Amino acid sequence: MAAKKRTIRTIPQARTPMREQPPLERAHNFKEVALGYSPAEALVEADRCLQCPDEPCVRGCPVGIDIPAFIAKITEKHYRGAYEVITDTNLLPSVCGRVCPQESQCEGVCTVGDTLEPVAIGRLERFVGDMAIDQKWVNRPYIEKNGLRVGIIGSGPAGMACAADMAKAGCEVIVYEAFQEPGGVLKYGIPDFRLPNDVVDVEIDKLRQLGVAFECNTLVGRLFTIEQMLTQMGFHAVFIGTGAGYPSFMGIPGESLNGVLSANELLTRCNLMHGRDFPDFDTPLQPGKRVAVIGAGNTAMDALRVSLRLGADQVVCLYRRSRSEAPARAEEIHHAEQEGVEFHWLTNPVEVLGDSGKRVRAIRCQKMELGEADSSGRRRPLPIAGSEFEVECDSVVYAIGTNANPIIGQTARLKLDKRGYIETDAKLATSMAGVYAGGDIVTGAATVIEAMGAGRKAAREMKSYLGLRDTMAVYEPEVAHAARRFGFAPEEHGYSRVRVASSSSP
Amino acid sequence: MPGFNIVAREDFSDVSFLLEVLHPQLAQAAQPGQFVIVMLHDHGERIPLTIADFDRDRGTITLVIQAVGKTTRQMQQQCRVGTDLHAVVGPMGIPSHVGRAKKVVCIGGGLGVAPVFPQARAYAQAGAHVIAVLGFRNRDLVFWKDRFAAVCDEVQICTDDGSAGVKGQVTTGLAQVLAAHPDVDEVVAIGPPVMMKACAEATRGKGIKTVVSLNPVMVDGTGMCGGCRVKIGTGIKFACVDGPDFDAHAVDFDDLMARLGRYRPTEQAALRKFDDACRLHRLAGDADAQ
Repeated sequence: MAAKKRTIRTIPQARTPMREQPPLERAHNFKEVALGYSPAEALVEADRCLQCPDEPCVRGCPVGIDIPAFIAKITEKHYRGAYEVITDTNLLPSVCGRVCPQESQCEGVCTVGDTLEPVAIGRLERFVGDMAIDQKWVNRPYIEKNGLRVGIIGSGPAGMACAADMAKAGCEVIVYEAFQEPGGVLKYGIPDFRLPNDVVDVEIDKLRQLGVAFECNTLVGRLFTIEQMLTQMGFHAVFIGTGAGYPSFMGIPGESLNGVLSANELLTRCNLMHGRDFPDFDTPLQPGKRVAVIGAGNTAMDALRVSLRLGADQVVCLYRRSRSEAPARAEEIHHAEQEGVEFHWLTNPVEVLGDSGKRVRAIRCQKMELGEADSSGRRRPLPIAGSEFEVECDSVVYAIGTNANPIIGQTARLKLDKRGYIETDAKLATSMAGVYAGGDIVTGAATVIEAMGAGRKAAREMKSYLGLRDTMAVYEPEVAHAARRFGFAPEEHGYSRVRVASSSSP
Repeated sequence: MPGFNIVAREDFSDVSFLLEVLHPQLAQAAQPGQFVIVMLHDHGERIPLTIADFDRDRGTITLVIQAVGKTTRQMQQQCRVGTDLHAVVGPMGIPSHVGRAKKVVCIGGGLGVAPVFPQARAYAQAGAHVIAVLGFRNRDLVFWKDRFAAVCDEVQICTDDGSAGVKGQVTTGLAQVLAAHPDVDEVVAIGPPVMMKACAEATRGKGIKTVVSLNPVMVDGTGMCGGCRVKIGTGIKFACVDGPDFDAHAVDFDDLMARLGRYRPTEQAALRKFDDACRLHRLAGDADAQ
């Protein structure tokens, strides 16, 4: 029986909603907000994919996951097959399905999205990833050891992706992490209600099963240098994925007052060091009751929503541009609004005010308006004279951006760019032979999926450098679409079954 | 998961003690002025401790700890020879710069005595004339006098009550040394912020390069949280990756001292809870014994 023809009018018209914890309830716990699709819900949503020939979603994905193919597998209820398709390209579907900004990637260009709401590609990816965890699927390919040693600096998404590829290629891979637990920003930065640390641990465990070794409490650059890794420790190639965690401050008066901290400090104390479970865990936290967060990126959204969950009565976001320019993932802003965060758009802090005990008591801000576009393409905020006002608060959290982590730059003779990031060529090679770099330490703060893409790209180049076979290359001649006649490649055009109809024939 | 083994312990007083930790790679890499971050157990907090000594042959580093808060008090109770620390990471910070100074005064006040030892030794090894000025509350708390005497040309002890050496704080000792040695090139001062500030004032305007090692509250120690930010001149630096050594004449000590107290309510609550738990534990132990 022929499959039902899918058109924009025959597919389910509405995007399948995902069950979420109710906003006022979830604002007081760290359990996941989005609860995932059930198999029935996933099947309905997968049916909305038109399997269109254009496939803009694949181009929209920073790593080019074969999205129509994995959705087709879901439709066939071949969930393991869907997992295979995704993990061909993306190691961590449970992570990316939760944290990718799909609205500006795959879902933003979805064909269905031209008319209706786009297919919920991210939620389907998460569905597959979670099922893999639940069913304990592990892809353990046959690995032939080649005797080469690869060192990975940093156990965040870039390092993890690179480690997986190099391990599958047969190298002995050691991932070095400065913290006492691996995971990088996935562990310390993204809170549990967005990305549970348990999920991160499962994925790290899968890497261990591939043979990757994790050595924590190791500060590369200081405990030993990259040069030592190559010359004394027997490493043949090194990948640097140390991230860009060095937080920025504004330099406005009052930043030293007690109660002012960076979002990284708040999140690290709360997430990685379990400060929210004080006194079972020793790390102090002292969350504010009235918290002002400066910034509107994903880190700011995390800081805002964490502050709510830590018991703040009022949480305020101060951002100098408008909501439409806010860099955070759309779903996070939406969830924050639902949970009761107050947003002060077009508001710029000018001074943090303290009480006699040198604690924060308020933050003075001015209103902004948007002028002409600046070099980043976004409209430049301009202060409105005489618009200053005070926001009462007892804690101010800075989430306005980060810079490169300086340690590798201080300790290795690597070429850095003028802002301190590691300079690489198009193949992610640094100025030192055998040393590659990717992720935030090269590009500046970006997304998890981009870091993973960089890790995979660097792995490909490292394999080439080490003389290993390139397993990602597709050995098929490239044939332009236009050169094909009715799908036949040029070398087949002479065959009797192919005739080009001339324009003059009847 | 194996931890980091403690191979030696010495108690200097009822608040300060020494631990020697086995970590061959760290001992190999450690340089004067650097520190480590330590976690006692997997529910613990991360605290910075200066590397007071390192033995590259034995593969150990030495930490001298003052039991002032919950974590350090718990370490004082639990860390014995043979026990483990859950996490030790380092060496962190930019190593101290040992230049071509000919006459150097190394000042250690209280908990700063042990951290200044590696620098005193490094200057001595570089050929400088090293004068150590070490401050303690009273003669019973004096430690490492012989260790310093072995590497320094002169050692001046200062005690608050005058029971040993010069009566007064290290600033008194420093004033005497500067009076006797007008050719001092450099001063290194490590100790409580109020002491480092006083030493900075004592040398300001005299053309003596003065370096201090700052001790703000830290979490990661790798430059990603900004918790240890300090005001140096007109800018902000992170003590963990831009320091911990800084030019004393540019440091805003008042800012450092104010920010050091920002978690005090929580710290005090934790210490009270710990003391209560210890007391109940002891009482229960006594009850069992009877």
